Amino acid sequence: MNNRSTPIIFIFLGGLILLFVIAPLASMFLATTPNQIFETTQDQEVIDSIWLTLRVSFLSTLFFAIGAIPLAYYLARTKFKLKKLVNGIVDLPIVIPHSAAGIAILGFISRDSVIGKAASSVGLNFVGHPVGIAMAMAFVSIPFLINAARDGFENVPIKLEKTALNLGASPVRVFFTISLPLAWKNILSGLIMMFARGLSEFGAVVIVAYHPMITPVMIYERFGSFGLKYARPVSVVFILVCLVFFILLRTLSKEKDSTNA
Amino acid sequence: MLKLKNISIKLGDFQLSNINLELEKGDYYVLLGKSGVGKTVLLEIIAGLIKPNSGRVILNNEDITNNKIQNRKVGIVFQDYSVFPHLTVEQNIAYPLKGKKLNNKKREELIAKYAELAEISHLLNRNTQNLSGGELQRVALARMLVSKPDCILLDEPLASLDVQLKGGLRNLLRQINQSGVTILHVTHDYEEAIALSNKVAVVHEGEIIQKGLTKEVFKKPANEFVANFTGIKNFFIADFDTNKAKINGSLEIKVSNQENLEKGKIIIRGEEIILSNKKIESSATNNFKGKIKQIIPYLTNQEVIVDIGIELSVVISEESLQKFNFKEGSEAWVSFKSTAIKIIP
Repeated sequence: MNNRSTPIIFIFLGGLILLFVIAPLASMFLATTPNQIFETTQDQEVIDSIWLTLRVSFLSTLFFAIGAIPLAYYLARTKFKLKKLVNGIVDLPIVIPHSAAGIAILGFISRDSVIGKAASSVGLNFVGHPVGIAMAMAFVSIPFLINAARDGFENVPIKLEKTALNLGASPVRVFFTISLPLAWKNILSGLIMMFARGLSEFGAVVIVAYHPMITPVMIYERFGSFGLKYARPVSVVFILVCLVFFILLRTLSKEKDSTNA
Repeated sequence: MLKLKNISIKLGDFQLSNINLELEKGDYYVLLGKSGVGKTVLLEIIAGLIKPNSGRVILNNEDITNNKIQNRKVGIVFQDYSVFPHLTVEQNIAYPLKGKKLNNKKREELIAKYAELAEISHLLNRNTQNLSGGELQRVALARMLVSKPDCILLDEPLASLDVQLKGGLRNLLRQINQSGVTILHVTHDYEEAIALSNKVAVVHEGEIIQKGLTKEVFKKPANEFVANFTGIKNFFIADFDTNKAKINGSLEIKVSNQENLEKGKIIIRGEEIILSNKKIESSATNNFKGKIKQIIPYLTNQEVIVDIGIELSVVISEESLQKFNFKEGSEAWVSFKSTAIKIIP
């Protein structure tokens, strides 16, 4: 508060930025009456959509973590020629337009593709299916998990892993008993970020699946069909739900830290 | 039981070349050398953490040079202890036991046994974050011993401990060795070699320049570097009695501060012994008449070996040698203060 080394002008400029983030959100909340919010929470379509969004993002995060965490470990521990390239590939989904990502995913899982054909031979169609949505969400959000987990693993002293090996543990056991627990704080924060990013994804998902309708798509649909006034309450409710989950998960991860300390 | 054959490795600026070493079962072998000469690297090669460029590591007649770390049966304790920070003391000690099909009772017995040996039974339920260096060292030792290695490797185990803790830990290491465990211990401190080892190898500029029984290496340094580095030729096992130490059961010298020890080692630096033609009156309480056995010239000074019932190495300048005309076979007096005697428990 009394940090004299920070010039007043910095605080002023920084304040403007904060205002820029807060003001639109605040005005949206203020423009929505409690009655509208209440009515929206009674709207079965909205409730179903929010549950779908939460469920698909959660499961997609868990499922893709099974491969993302070992990849992060490999990137943290192994030196190889094309490592920079692989790190670049990991970051790619962050920089490409999400609609383009959606198109790419759609081509990948549509009925003409190998995967699409294989799926349709067992009667599945990923387009317009929660699995397709999960793929689109994971595609754009997985860099958050991989990067956080890689940082976590890099911070685990190699000597501890070598000590565990020296004590007779197999590399797999060393991973699960030493590396993973010690990097867990970063991994958990990566999981939360991936989950949150998946919830909010619109661009990639809308191309892969308009229906079943995740909430960001529903917000867009209500705006397109009925206008701002009808899109606003859904937005407010969804933001509140996201915030509740976000704060809950953050708090849980903090509590785990303090019991470990 | 543990043999190193022609181990060579080059890592960045320094290298080890043609390291040959042989440990027999029950040896307490100290590898002595300045910091940064690659002693730790040698331990890591034996443990399999680093691969040598050439040479072989043989344990119990089996070539383990290319074995995986986890299949080697050599336990290593690093200088920074590497105690797992997310586990309690008990979980740390139990770590090597998981995967070995033991029932709970047997497991608890083993943990209790080694915790007791390392005197950390009272710490079992503690987290490791706020343990002292000495306590962490004991946890690391107990954890390593519970895995029952054939040979244990210690990297500067006493270096980061203060003086009081050193004594206790030395005793523990001695105890471990006396129970039949072979130890290879790396240090820069000759006192540790004297206090603990039966054999010692001196590493200098990437090579072992002298090795053998500790007594012999210290008494007969192969060259000036070893002499300067080990620094001490006058070390003896002594029995103590109030301010007196008896060496070889015969020669009695006066000491100060033997601190209720009954038995221990004493060292007297050759530079602190005065050599004279006749008995001199001074504050030195130890004065003995003896015979000069040998005079060894070094670059900067002379070493005179005087027999006073035990052989003492006295370091004097060239000038003094000329002035007093000391000769091999002639008689001389040695004197040294009781406070110049260092006692190593």
